Amino acid sequence: MSFSVTEPSRLQKSVAGALVVIYALVTIMPLAWIIATGFKSPNDAIAYPPKVVFEPTLEGYVNLFTTRTRMSPDALEEIGQPETWYDKIVRQYDMVISGPSRYGERFLNSVIIGFGSTFLSVFLGTLAAYAFSRFKVPLKDDLMFFILSTRMMPPIAVAIPIFLMFRQLGLSDTHLGMILLYTAVNLSLSVWLLKGFIDEIPVEYEEAALIDGYTRFQAFYKVVLPQATTGIASTAIFCLIFAWNEYAFAVLLTSGTAQTAPPFIPTIIGVGKDWPAVAAGTTLFLVPVMVFTILLRKHLLRGITFGAVRK
Amino acid sequence: MAEVVLSGLSKRFGMTTAVDDVSMTIPDGAFVVLLGPTGAGKTTTLRLIAGLERPDAGSVSIGKNDVGEYSPAQRNVAMVFQQYSLYPHMTVRENLAFPLKSPLINAPEDEIERRVSEVSSALQIAHKLDNKATALSGGEMQRVSIGRALVRRPDIFLMDEPLSSLDAKLRADLRLELKRIQADLGATLLYVTHDQIEAMTMATHIGVLEEGRLVQFGSPREIYENPSSIYVATRLGQPRINTLPAALFGGAPAGAELIGLRPEHIRQGEGRDAKVVRVEHLGDQTRLHLSLEGHALITLTDPHTPLASGDTIAIRPDNPLYFAADGARILQGA
Repeated sequence: MSFSVTEPSRLQKSVAGALVVIYALVTIMPLAWIIATGFKSPNDAIAYPPKVVFEPTLEGYVNLFTTRTRMSPDALEEIGQPETWYDKIVRQYDMVISGPSRYGERFLNSVIIGFGSTFLSVFLGTLAAYAFSRFKVPLKDDLMFFILSTRMMPPIAVAIPIFLMFRQLGLSDTHLGMILLYTAVNLSLSVWLLKGFIDEIPVEYEEAALIDGYTRFQAFYKVVLPQATTGIASTAIFCLIFAWNEYAFAVLLTSGTAQTAPPFIPTIIGVGKDWPAVAAGTTLFLVPVMVFTILLRKHLLRGITFGAVRK
Repeated sequence: MAEVVLSGLSKRFGMTTAVDDVSMTIPDGAFVVLLGPTGAGKTTTLRLIAGLERPDAGSVSIGKNDVGEYSPAQRNVAMVFQQYSLYPHMTVRENLAFPLKSPLINAPEDEIERRVSEVSSALQIAHKLDNKATALSGGEMQRVSIGRALVRRPDIFLMDEPLSSLDAKLRADLRLELKRIQADLGATLLYVTHDQIEAMTMATHIGVLEEGRLVQFGSPREIYENPSSIYVATRLGQPRINTLPAALFGGAPAGAELIGLRPEHIRQGEGRDAKVVRVEHLGDQTRLHLSLEGHALITLTDPHTPLASGDTIAIRPDNPLYFAADGARILQGA
């Protein structure tokens, strides 16, 4: 008897396993270092040789969310003893908290712009993909190619025209402007990905629904959408990751009201070589994409509908 | 239920003509079977009636209304697809209720409940109602699919080879069940198949399609006994009708090039000698493969026949069918 697929030997298995572990360590290393740095004191953060074992502190997080003022010993005397744990941390450096930092606002901007553009990209992408998949659209192939071609060069290549357009239209440093920009960039990915998924859904379902007494839109809504959740979820994740991490346009087009977290985080460093605060800001910035991906994970695995239509 | 009239219906896809000038009246309460090989335009005809395709010419009227401008929903037809096409994200119950919940019918809850349980018990799927549609066997899926059509009271049922994907036993059961339901409801039904047993057993009328054209329309008996061409004659009958040069036997009418012999057209024991090539015991029938001057023909014989390969048997035509060179029927004495 001969089999074309042979069971890997024990040695092969352990070599493969070792390679995976090594690769995982290499990729996780920077991430782990950033998370650890967020809990170091500023001195530990720049210590040489680097400290792997250190005394954790929330100083970085306190500095991330606050602005602080240095005060003379006399003035400190007047204020009295620090009351809260975060006041105490700051007082070690003869400083007091003078107010919240802008990190919260910038983070909220990232949430609004990231999720807003993701929703818009997926919404428009689904409608466009459905139309391209099901209807006779004149010049369909050319239009699809055109849509793809919008991603053939890095978006930043058109930074200057976009900068000028945004200034003319009053979209600079606005939430709407950034949402539109990220949607425009993401839309080609969204249309192409979703068209693939919708093409896979047999047209018989909609025809059955049409005959069962539903309109085209109702058939789309009740029969196609529920089966496209896998595609919609994965497309949404891709769109969110791009919009969330985008740095170059954010630096160029936002400075105040609509500034997102990525251009803001590096500016923290200017306040005094405060690496732990930068690391803390970065760590928190990773959380929403992780949570979003975990929430949508079951849709990525579910909804694969084998066998309900015979091929 | 209603009478459905097709007149001059044509549909082209690019260069190919799928349906070519088809005119046909499906009487109220009739069970019409469209018969033809793959590509003869059977499915396209159904889709034109359902409104899933727009005809290039001709019209469809359902119960005296020209439905040319109606959407599929407005036509009040029910269709069973060849593929099961159950909505995979719904349970069996939701699938069956789906047409009744449409904005067009919008039946009250208790009415939906009643019809769903009625149909599901008739089709023996009542115990599967809360299963996901994807968790059914092929036979169950197809019964649900038929059930989704039966919960409604449409003007016409359209069925596109609904039994072709099922195993033989289930097919035989459902054939009887469908015929019974149709008779009970007095339903008008247009049924597409290439299975001649389905056609013969269920149909009140058979329409034979050849390359998009309706070549003959009549009762199953008429189509079988009185085919208008070789093409129609070969659609029905098991074993197939034998076609031989008419000159092999005497007595052919003028213009007849070919003689068509079904087993019942072959009288054994007299006439010309043919050689027995093979005796095939199929259980329900015993086939005799003969060779007459190098022409192969197949007929039936007694299950306990003493004949064996290499024997000789005399045969002569008995009331056969004659055809011209182009396949058209030539009537004797006409």
